[in-house]
Amino acid sequence: MTAITLNIIVQGLLTGLVYGLMALGLSVIFGVMRVVNFAHGEFAVVAMYAAFILFERLHLDPLISLLPIAVAFFILGYGLQRTLINPFIGRAEHEQFILLVGLATVVINVLLIAFGPDARPVNLSYSFDSYDVGPLIIDKVRVFAALAALAVSAALFLFFRYTRTGTAIRACADNLTGAAVVGLNVKQLYAVTFGIGFVCIGAAGALMETIADASPSLGPSYTLMAFVIVIIGGLGSMAGALVGGVLIGVSEALAGFFIQPSMKSMFSFALLILVLILRPQGLMGRRL
Amino acid sequence: MTALWNEIPRHGKWLTALLLLVFIAAPLVVDRYLLSVLVLVLYFAYLGQAWNLLMGFAGQLSLGHALYLGLGAYTATTLWLLFGIGPWIGVFVAIAVAAAAGLIVGWLGWRFGVEGVYFALLTIAFAEFTRIGFDHLGLTGASGGLFLPVSPTAHDWWNLNGGVHLFYYVALILAIAATLLAAWLRQSPLGYRWLAVREDPEAAQAVGINVFRVRMIAMLISAGMTAVGGVFYGFYYRNLFPSQIFDISRSIELILGPIIGGLGTIFGPIVGAIILTPVGESLTTFMQSSGLNVPGAKSIFYGIILMIIISLRPSGVWPWLAKHLRLDRPKS
Amino acid sequence: MSGLLSVNGVNKRFRGLAAVSDVSFEVQPGEIFAVIGPNGAGKTTLFNMIAGAMVADSGTIHFDGRPIDGLRADEIAQRGIGRTFQIVKPFPALSVEENVVIGALLHTATIDEARMVARDILQQLDLSAKRNQIAASLTLPDRKRLEVARALATKPKLLLLDEVMAGLRPTETDRIVAILKDLNRTGLTILLIEHVMRAVTALASRILVLQHGAVIAEGTPETVLRERAVIESYLGVEEL
Repeated sequence: MTAITLNIIVQGLLTGLVYGLMALGLSVIFGVMRVVNFAHGEFAVVAMYAAFILFERLHLDPLISLLPIAVAFFILGYGLQRTLINPFIGRAEHEQFILLVGLATVVINVLLIAFGPDARPVNLSYSFDSYDVGPLIIDKVRVFAALAALAVSAALFLFFRYTRTGTAIRACADNLTGAAVVGLNVKQLYAVTFGIGFVCIGAAGALMETIADASPSLGPSYTLMAFVIVIIGGLGSMAGALVGGVLIGVSEALAGFFIQPSMKSMFSFALLILVLILRPQGLMGRRL
Repeated sequence: MTALWNEIPRHGKWLTALLLLVFIAAPLVVDRYLLSVLVLVLYFAYLGQAWNLLMGFAGQLSLGHALYLGLGAYTATTLWLLFGIGPWIGVFVAIAVAAAAGLIVGWLGWRFGVEGVYFALLTIAFAEFTRIGFDHLGLTGASGGLFLPVSPTAHDWWNLNGGVHLFYYVALILAIAATLLAAWLRQSPLGYRWLAVREDPEAAQAVGINVFRVRMIAMLISAGMTAVGGVFYGFYYRNLFPSQIFDISRSIELILGPIIGGLGTIFGPIVGAIILTPVGESLTTFMQSSGLNVPGAKSIFYGIILMIIISLRPSGVWPWLAKHLRLDRPKS
Repeated sequence: MSGLLSVNGVNKRFRGLAAVSDVSFEVQPGEIFAVIGPNGAGKTTLFNMIAGAMVADSGTIHFDGRPIDGLRADEIAQRGIGRTFQIVKPFPALSVEENVVIGALLHTATIDEARMVARDILQQLDLSAKRNQIAASLTLPDRKRLEVARALATKPKLLLLDEVMAGLRPTETDRIVAILKDLNRTGLTILLIEHVMRAVTALASRILVLQHGAVIAEGTPETVLRERAVIESYLGVEEL
């Protein structure tokens, strides 16, 4: 394997971890509430713009603004679930889906009106720095973004594993009736879950802003990408989301370099179709 | 079919006849702009019927019908441009191509237990996959687009080239034919099997229905019909860009009518198109006349409508309207 | 293999746990055969394998002299086995009549013909008055009868009933028992899983008792219900 191929794989892997964090949010929301957040990518783009504005106005590095954005997104997600989504819990799949398609359409077009179609990059002082490791030249921003994505994911793993709320949410996912019987406040936990899903979106969006430029047209493609990752990685598997993210990151990077950048997502879709045929439950998913 | 007509109450028959008459006579009265809006109403009524067969009857959510629309449009226009094969023949090839694509999507999804939301995602994935493919397909002009010659004075119905009146009547015939087909299918054994599969696949199987096959037939018909809409689109607008025709917003706008009108009903797609298209168009006109040229406003409006309707009246406007007009079937 | 249905050495395991182990029995044409046993004995699993909703790990199932194991549920329905579901599954948004029409379509070519068949069956099951009601609006006893009606409309040679009496009041139970007896008299073979012993003793000509997935007794109601193992495993739990 040539150095350049290896370089591309590493870059893809690092980007893929950020993708994975984004997909993790989708996986958590679906795994617990059986609601498909079709506005996922659109909100990730909202977070990208938030990071952009905080950088322009306050010169906050997205690695730092990630924290306030994540907090704001928790509140946003919590509020959305409480008001808009909750009446749809348990309703027909297509009804939930249509509600969120409507929401996604509104979000993306509000962004379009507010910011126009042009891409909005942040120019960090270290945007063009890189680490030289043997034959590898790795972008600094990608390393930071990937590490931050891993840190946020790890925090979520710990949250679900060791906190009382996290365990309660897992109980809701496993056995809803049981959870209600033992007196868990399911409504509250659902809102928290949605909030946590949005933390993933907020954090991943802020990180994405360091490696890609915010633009409204990214929304639907990020939504699709998150779905592709979750299905490839396996539903309800947190590790699966990260693995799927890395897989998509690497395949996109390779296709973008060796074939054509504009054709890279074709390979993600091809991968998705392949997974659906060979292993419909996803790479790390339990058998359906 | 006659049984179905007989089931409509007398004043319903009069209303249907009146509506038909209005649509047939409209070109005599209205101006060109209004006629072009009516073309869109009929176009969306037609596509709504096609999509409603799959979702409203067979219960399978497709958010990727832009795939069949685009394949239909590209097949017929390419045949005409490159081989001189006219649209009235090309449309059959278009139907075949789109139906084949539909069968691939359906087979991949339903054979491997990909249902519900996952199936919807698969349909989007295929439409996106194809869009990117066409963006790089030199034969059809890639992302630069494909153009049919425009001649404003042409009266060349055989090549589907002419003024708005020609397209109006083509769209009217399509919409009527699609509605009759939907009504006939609804009352056929196949229609009943679709409803059974929509309501409960496992119970449907237990009464001997081959769920996979029944869904595939729905997909075949729906995709084929949608391709005809695509041919219409291609020859009406006379330009095609993969980023437009295969875009997810095409898929979304064609499902709005039946959802708002009433899923799984015969008149829902028509009512939805009649309500939605003029409202959207007048919004655009209003925005332009007031100097606010905001590209996303119409989409925001559609998004909000979608959310409101699905929250408040998930079964759509038509069932409610039918009840108030006393057009629903009497329950003894 | 003279029976209408013969089950031979059927096994099914879930994650290493034996749900059904080495079960064999035969159902003779024209009889009412009951499978009883405590909760979790593997009755519904057995039933699902016969109906094609699950595939057995090993063993064979023959119906009408031909193997049916491995066939899909719809193919088995086409062969002449009708079934109901333990948790009722009517087509909720459709009318009672439409529900039954869909069943009748298995052997009729037109909707009109299917509607005639459906109306006859609805008459038989006392549901005629409710034929235009939406299935979702029915009470549980009516829904259970609707399930039976829909299964009957497929003109089965063998009817599989999965706890159709569960949750019914005694008068309702007696009503269904009477209906089933009538159906049996016209030549229909019935295989039922049932918890309600008063229905089992009133209907069944033979009983198979399952416990932990295995057969512990088989025979006429009089002999089976007298067996020690049966009394200990099952009847101790449920009042006779």
